[in-house]
Amino acid sequence: MAKMNLLQAINNALDLAMASNDKTVCFGEDVGVFGGVFRATSHLQEKYGRARCFNTPLVEQGIIGFANGLAAQGHVAVAEIQFADYIFPAFDQIVNESAKYRYRSGSLFDVGNLTIRTPYGGGIAGGLYHSQSPEAYFAHTPGLKIVVPRNPYEAKGLLLASIRDPNPVVFFEPKRLYRASVGDVPEEDYELPLGKASVLKEGTDITLLAWGAQMEPLEKAAEMAEKEGISCEIIDLRTIVPWDIETVTNSVLKTGRLVISHEAPLTGGFAGEIAATIQERCFLYLESPIARVTGLDTPFPLALEKEYVPDHLKIFEAIKHSIHF
Amino acid sequence: MPTTKNANSSSIHTPTFIRGDEFHFPIYKVLKQDGTTYRGAVLPKLDQEKALRIYRTMVFTRVLDERMLAAQRQGRLSFYMQSTGEEATVIGSAAALDDADMIMAQYREQGALAYRGFTTDQFMNQLFSNELDYGKGRQMPIHYGSRDLHYMTISSPLATQIPQATGYAYGQKLDGGGHCTITYFGEGAASEGDFHAALNMASVHKVPVIFLCRNNGYAISTPSSEQFAADGIAPRALGYRMHAIRVDGNDILAVYQATLEARKIAVEQNEPVLVEAMSYRLAAHSSSDDPSGYRSKKEEEAWREKDPILRMKLWLQKKKWWSEEEEKNLQESLRREVLETMKKAEKRPPPPLDSLVTDVYDEVPPQLAEQLSKLKAHIRKYPDAYPKSAGGLKHG
Ligand SMILES: Cc1ncc(C[n+]2csc(CCOP(=O)(O)OP(=O)(O)O)c2C)c(N)n1
Repeated sequence: MAKMNLLQAINNALDLAMASNDKTVCFGEDVGVFGGVFRATSHLQEKYGRARCFNTPLVEQGIIGFANGLAAQGHVAVAEIQFADYIFPAFDQIVNESAKYRYRSGSLFDVGNLTIRTPYGGGIAGGLYHSQSPEAYFAHTPGLKIVVPRNPYEAKGLLLASIRDPNPVVFFEPKRLYRASVGDVPEEDYELPLGKASVLKEGTDITLLAWGAQMEPLEKAAEMAEKEGISCEIIDLRTIVPWDIETVTNSVLKTGRLVISHEAPLTGGFAGEIAATIQERCFLYLESPIARVTGLDTPFPLALEKEYVPDHLKIFEAIKHSIHF
Repeated sequence: MPTTKNANSSSIHTPTFIRGDEFHFPIYKVLKQDGTTYRGAVLPKLDQEKALRIYRTMVFTRVLDERMLAAQRQGRLSFYMQSTGEEATVIGSAAALDDADMIMAQYREQGALAYRGFTTDQFMNQLFSNELDYGKGRQMPIHYGSRDLHYMTISSPLATQIPQATGYAYGQKLDGGGHCTITYFGEGAASEGDFHAALNMASVHKVPVIFLCRNNGYAISTPSSEQFAADGIAPRALGYRMHAIRVDGNDILAVYQATLEARKIAVEQNEPVLVEAMSYRLAAHSSSDDPSGYRSKKEEEAWREKDPILRMKLWLQKKKWWSEEEEKNLQESLRREVLETMKKAEKRPPPPLDSLVTDVYDEVPPQLAEQLSKLKAHIRKYPDAYPKSAGGLKHG
């Protein structure tokens, strides 16, 4: 075990992925000598050479197009998009190409070896263009897996699993936690399963569900609720697509209540998808409407970020509202 | 009918490949570092008043950048970007335009905005995201904009403004008012697909737009040698059959004259022009960056010797248009002004809570109004947790 922050855990996972398979190639803007603007790829070029870890020109559509080609050819492509806010020039390559490569060719070709890493989310005074959580856009595209880790241990295991998963994966890294989240991480190679949620704490009165950086306010709200005698079951979804319907369903069948939280805007957010599915499966067991605590239906602000974000107090209020419905 | 411009060009009967290595883009220079001019150089006609307007703006920009970086280091400001070393590129080109021409910049062009007359107060209000910021405190520091000064609000996603400039200038052409658009971008941003789309469309549709590339050697940590294999950005224009010129970006006279002539081509012939200004980003990429991880002090020092402001100052002094005394007074008064306006701007309150939901659409839709009223109720319940906005709600 070693103490690592989330960045170090990601760096360590990339290191192991490159060491264990010499077909693994990491690239993106500033990832070479500099090791990425957040330093997630530190020392990889030094260790594995410029052919396997390098700066690309500044062109996201090029990065992902190149990555699709490289993956189709049989290499393991790990592409970094510097901020999730800048993934959109590559939207076509991801949505129309990465996601449909296997399907359209009848599995003659695929880009299962592709992983796209990108930092997402607020909390760094980043305003409109350094704060977005675009997971729902990609969740609407069959053919992609979407993974969001919450801490260093999870980040390492989920990233290694994503890189080795035979499907293209978009891996969203909670940049607010890059240095803030520190924990014990095994030094050896390990994977955590994709598509499996994780129950952080069992409870009987209400189920609280989130992923990535949003787990922090969720847990804080749960602590407040527990003090008022409300027993909370806390679930980290970990994988947005495919999401673990069974674990969430079983939890809600037990508690009868569900609060889902994400930083992205309400309308079209992934919480809506979860709510629809859970009410289908748990309708007669629900004690109150499924609640969503999310960002507003606006772009991500700057001066009023604190007001905008779905913080622990808003989640706490939603818990109480659900309990006293 | 399929056409290429070379449809009538000579045929060859052995396969011959052309890479263009024999072609080198020359660089237009007028002013030497000691303030004298190259013999035979085409000099711009710059009167004293205009020259001093340019010079004062360059010094202002330098002072603003130094002071605001220091403020960021003191924790008073969340973020900043300096344009140190590139003042001549940005201000010299802006000065060659009509003040009503449109500017669509990347983010390191505060000098162009200052040249147009954006006040120190206006800069500060944006930097401190206060209630007087035109952008209503929504964007990070340095994302300025001014409708009055024909300066499009900055957008962080790179290169998006370049094809927009083509469209904007096409509209200007349709209106027939004799105006053009200039768009600024780094040599890094020029790798984006948007850059290529913009040039091609401008050339096909004969659009009065000036593409001004600030080739400052780096895109964050990525040196231009890893950005492109070719000889810079200017030669790309040839592939689109577009006028192009490469200019010494630290040479105020060359930048001014080149842009003046580029504007003439744009406005009189309705043809786009690409200007590549060769310079160097002397400061870090932004306040979040530390260049020691990717370049040497020695390299920086070599470029510091080519300081564009000093170069212009020496020229002004040779012309007896500027004295050390005036320099001292200017520096002092600008420092004072920047400091005083900063203190004022810092103290101003942030934009009101309602600004969270306005401008998403022309009107606030009912669903969003409901989200806002729920938020207000929540903040009233926990006023201590939202100190920026709770005060404004007590009476509302
Ligand atoms: C589409 C997009 N991708 C990535 C970024 C992150 N980013 C911000 S500035 C920058 C480098 C830009 O370099 P250049 O265009 O050369 O301009 P300079 O900063 O040198 O003035 C990068 C990669 C961004 N803002 N937008």
